[in-house]
Amino acid sequence: MNKFIFKLFIFFIILLPNKSYSLIEIDITRGNLNPLPIAVSPLSSDDSSISALNKKLNIKNLGSEISKIVENNLKTSGLFNPLNKDAFLQKPDIAHLKPRFEDWALIKAQALITGRVIFEDEKLRVEFRLWDVLAGKEMMALAFTTVPKNWRRVGHIITDKVYERLTGEKGYFDTRIIYVSEKGPKTQRVKRLAIMDQDGHNTKYLTLGNELVLTPRFNPTNQMVTYLSYFRNLPRVYLLDIETGIQEVVGDFAGMTFAPRFSPDGKKIIMSFAKDGNSDIYTMDLENRVVEKITNHPSIDTSPSYSPDGKYITFNSDRSGYQQIYVMKSNGTNVKRVSFGKGLYGTPVWSPRGDLIAFTKLHKGKFYIGVMRTDGKGERLLTENYYQEAPSWSPNGRVLIFYRETKSNKKGEGFSAKLWSIDLTGYNEREVGTETDASDPSWSSLLSN
Amino acid sequence: MNLFKIYKSTFLVLVLGLVLSGCATQKKVDSSQVQGDVYTGTDTVKYLASGVPDRVFFATNESSLTTRSRDTLRKQAAWLRKNSSINVVVEGHADERGTREYNLALGERRANAVKDYLMTYGISSNRISVISYGKERPVDSGSDPLAWSKNRRSVTVKAN
Repeated sequence: MNKFIFKLFIFFIILLPNKSYSLIEIDITRGNLNPLPIAVSPLSSDDSSISALNKKLNIKNLGSEISKIVENNLKTSGLFNPLNKDAFLQKPDIAHLKPRFEDWALIKAQALITGRVIFEDEKLRVEFRLWDVLAGKEMMALAFTTVPKNWRRVGHIITDKVYERLTGEKGYFDTRIIYVSEKGPKTQRVKRLAIMDQDGHNTKYLTLGNELVLTPRFNPTNQMVTYLSYFRNLPRVYLLDIETGIQEVVGDFAGMTFAPRFSPDGKKIIMSFAKDGNSDIYTMDLENRVVEKITNHPSIDTSPSYSPDGKYITFNSDRSGYQQIYVMKSNGTNVKRVSFGKGLYGTPVWSPRGDLIAFTKLHKGKFYIGVMRTDGKGERLLTENYYQEAPSWSPNGRVLIFYRETKSNKKGEGFSAKLWSIDLTGYNEREVGTETDASDPSWSSLLSN
Repeated sequence: MNLFKIYKSTFLVLVLGLVLSGCATQKKVDSSQVQGDVYTGTDTVKYLASGVPDRVFFATNESSLTTRSRDTLRKQAAWLRKNSSINVVVEGHADERGTREYNLALGERRANAVKDYLMTYGISSNRISVISYGKERPVDSGSDPLAWSKNRRSVTVKAN
């Protein structure tokens, strides 16, 4: 561990000379086999705040619940090892004022989070501090005021701040996942749009399950969702306003439209339109409703995804005879095949940093989630399984969420569909808990900051 | 390290794949039910009228019609000519071993291959609509080559 810190220290001095000095830094560009030991002291609270918040939210001790959210987030990131609270020697309220660093060093904590929860003027006020235990210094102090019912988000925002301070990159915890909730036998699956916090809490169902729905994706401000619905047995791309629940069909196409995504500025929807057995890629401007045909080829062109600057589009096509990944300019010119490995390649998605494309690969009966550079070089397969597909990036481009299906027997028993996440490094693969079976996840951008 | 791990696991998969495919050929569904990856059995088949099967089957990733499929579709066309008041929906389906969006397109391609063939036998295009369900509505919920072959299909359904 000491050697590890030393290396990071060197890295830090060389590459980031302008940043304020600190002993703890986390390198998230490699698989982290030594997660940073961190102590999350339960946020303290005075008696009157505790009882007022208990009355309001029916939660006995909100401070400790918020600290549990932070702890769980840090743990699932794979970069941190939150220490067992039983070993904490110092009381939360005193630690928040001035930690006795020897006590925290004794239990091998390298970083410490302390905080306080106050209820005043019907508002929830949360303060927190991040401490560097080895240097004996405060690294960050922040306070938020919000309505009490937002208390879970406070935990996520604290995690984002801590993550950013310690890794140098934006977090991804104050975010949501939109996905398709699944129920029922394989031959008559009932599918509904569902939305939840990134940690699996606050699940809400946005459609009733009367019609088949697939592939929901957020717009850049996370207020709208575009998806495929079989409403009245006409598979078409729809737009849903999450707040109002108003849905509308996108464009007036005489055939199936599918595989929708927003452009990075949120002004257009890009999708496939299938006509007479041929699927091409189209865009529709949401303001003036102008439709443009982007690809024109007698093959299947689908699963389009814009680069974050909006200048390029990646998609998959079987124009070579088999499903492969292509990149073109956003006006449809300069089409170049980028996947040349063995097997079939699909569902390309451009990373939010712009440097990578995540994809699904099928080779010799196995499905892989992988990443490649945007010129197709440097392919890395992150995970292999019986069936998995459709990666979606965390807003900081460090984590991918996708869905995985299990094999069933002749009667269809044993089948399941679940959401999973994995770090770009190929480490830290874990199931993302959902109330029902789930597929087609799409990650929102950061809700705050 | 990571790469090495991947190579190693790929190697394992290759070996396993070889072993399994060895078994698969032995166990593989008797050739009376699948020929060249296309289902030829009658397990799931329904009939639009006596002697007129409602569906045709496809090879993996393919939308071309086999001799047997064309035979079935000529029967459907003859039946449609006789019953000129009936309209049909051709449903295109794919198996579960492909990405969702590509399979939607593939189902549409299969349904249109059927529609085109029916049209060449004199059925007007406005009597035939198509819909793709991709891999969303399998008829056999198994995860094995025989189940997949039954699911790669186009089904002609009465619309009225």
